[in-house]
Amino acid sequence: MPLGRIRIVISTDADIVVARRSGRELADQIGCSHTDATLVATAISEVARNIVTHAGRGEIIISPVDEGTGEHTAVEVVARDEGPGIPDVERAMEDGYSTGRGLGLGLPGARRLMDTFEITSEVGVGTTVVMRKRRST
Amino acid sequence: MGTSSEPAARAGADVASTTSGGDSTLLPELVAHLRERRTQLREEWARRITEAGLLTAMTSDEVFNEATSVYDNYVEALETGSVEALEEYARSLSERIIPRGVETYEVLGIVLLLRDVLARSLFEKYQHDFELLLRVLDAYEPAANRIALTVAVGFVEERERVIRQQQEAIRDLSTPVLQVRERLVILPIIGALDSQRARQLTEQLLRSIRTNRAKVVVIDITGVPEIDSTVANHLVQTVDASRLMGANVIITGLSAEIALTLVTLGVDLSKVNAVGDLQGGIEEAERLLGYEVIRSQPADQR
Amino acid sequence: MAVPILKQGDYLIATIQSAMTDSEAEQLRDDLMERIGRYRSRGIIVDITALDVMDSFAARSLRNIAHMTLLRGADTVVVGMQPEVAFAMVQLGLTFEDVHTALDLEEGLAFLEARTGR
Repeated sequence: MPLGRIRIVISTDADIVVARRSGRELADQIGCSHTDATLVATAISEVARNIVTHAGRGEIIISPVDEGTGEHTAVEVVARDEGPGIPDVERAMEDGYSTGRGLGLGLPGARRLMDTFEITSEVGVGTTVVMRKRRST
Repeated sequence: MGTSSEPAARAGADVASTTSGGDSTLLPELVAHLRERRTQLREEWARRITEAGLLTAMTSDEVFNEATSVYDNYVEALETGSVEALEEYARSLSERIIPRGVETYEVLGIVLLLRDVLARSLFEKYQHDFELLLRVLDAYEPAANRIALTVAVGFVEERERVIRQQQEAIRDLSTPVLQVRERLVILPIIGALDSQRARQLTEQLLRSIRTNRAKVVVIDITGVPEIDSTVANHLVQTVDASRLMGANVIITGLSAEIALTLVTLGVDLSKVNAVGDLQGGIEEAERLLGYEVIRSQPADQR
Repeated sequence: MAVPILKQGDYLIATIQSAMTDSEAEQLRDDLMERIGRYRSRGIIVDITALDVMDSFAARSLRNIAHMTLLRGADTVVVGMQPEVAFAMVQLGLTFEDVHTALDLEEGLAFLEARTGR
């Protein structure tokens, strides 16, 4: 398979654009619709900006996923940082987002856009988000 | 090494056996053999294909031409160890034959037959030296298997891509967005709505707002028997997204049942402009667009 | 990398070419405010036709611009949102309620005419 994983170091705004463009491209390559590719790019934008704003530096790894069919049917995004961590992950993931009540972390938004979403975070250690989007059909 | 006879053909094998990567010289040797016997082996293969009743959708000329290409690509893949060119060929071959109705088992079948034909040719050539034959097969088999896999998988993937495309086309056909006036489009939805279909409708609608420069959208759900909360949310999202693109949305044909469902689900209906029936919806749309509607007088009845 | 701003009569048209950084968004806001003061503009069109992703940050930036220009008496309308972007935004839960939107430049101008013309 010619598709491979892509790793982007995130530390500036410009890196966010690179990350989401890569995400869009990979989503296209595995057969996602134009709309789904936009969702992936948007979710990446959210978590990447999160890294820049709250951790200062981190990495995003985007890879094609074979979920057992022999073909790449999903895109997986891992966003990792060694920032301050989130003390109350549950509260951060609350949907008070659009009214501004949420902590503005963009994470609940990203979760809404993707098919699977997992987050682990430890204060003083860092945060890791793993999310996937499947191509439809 | 064990004892065995010493035909002249073993000269090459001796060289091979003294080197540690002995089998690496076998592959070029057998590739040369396969090239040398190209004509006969290709014909043998084509014969077997016909015998097995494969590729009946193609004429014998076509079979022969494709057989030639596959054969040459096969041997080249054996030689170079790279399947890239073969992948490329497999894709283009698939593109050509899928519309002809060639099935997966046929493609797999012919590749396996080629494998057999070539293997037998190797058995014949090296029959006097079983040890050598085994080493030749050690070199040949993994490569041959990889080739078979590449072609088969390439074909299947291409087929699936075509099927997906066809499905999308069918979906597009079954849910037309109609432009009825300048700046006004209507989306009549008929039949049950599931989440995937609702999403797909939304995408189509939004694209058509752009294409038709629609200012007003009328979504008619008279033909929708019922909706669940997911679909109800899709509907509201469709309204929101349309407004982001500068279009007003009017929903018509909201049955009492669906209205009740929406209210029960707590869907915020305040932002939804609902009008009883499609006719009323169009009139409302025209009003929004600044058209004046002139009703003709009903004919006298007796 | 600054966003180009054109003056068209009473209105300003800002065309966003690509994703904006934090400082670029601030720059745009300041530039617009400056020009509104200078030209007494009554309306702003922000053209996002070229944007293929709108995340919460971009949405917030546009909202800020709309709010601030309103304080100076100028209405802002965002035009050119791509269908996929509109879809993603509603999925994300971004409502953009208090920001006016229109299909394209032409509609945006018509909107401003209707609002500011008297």
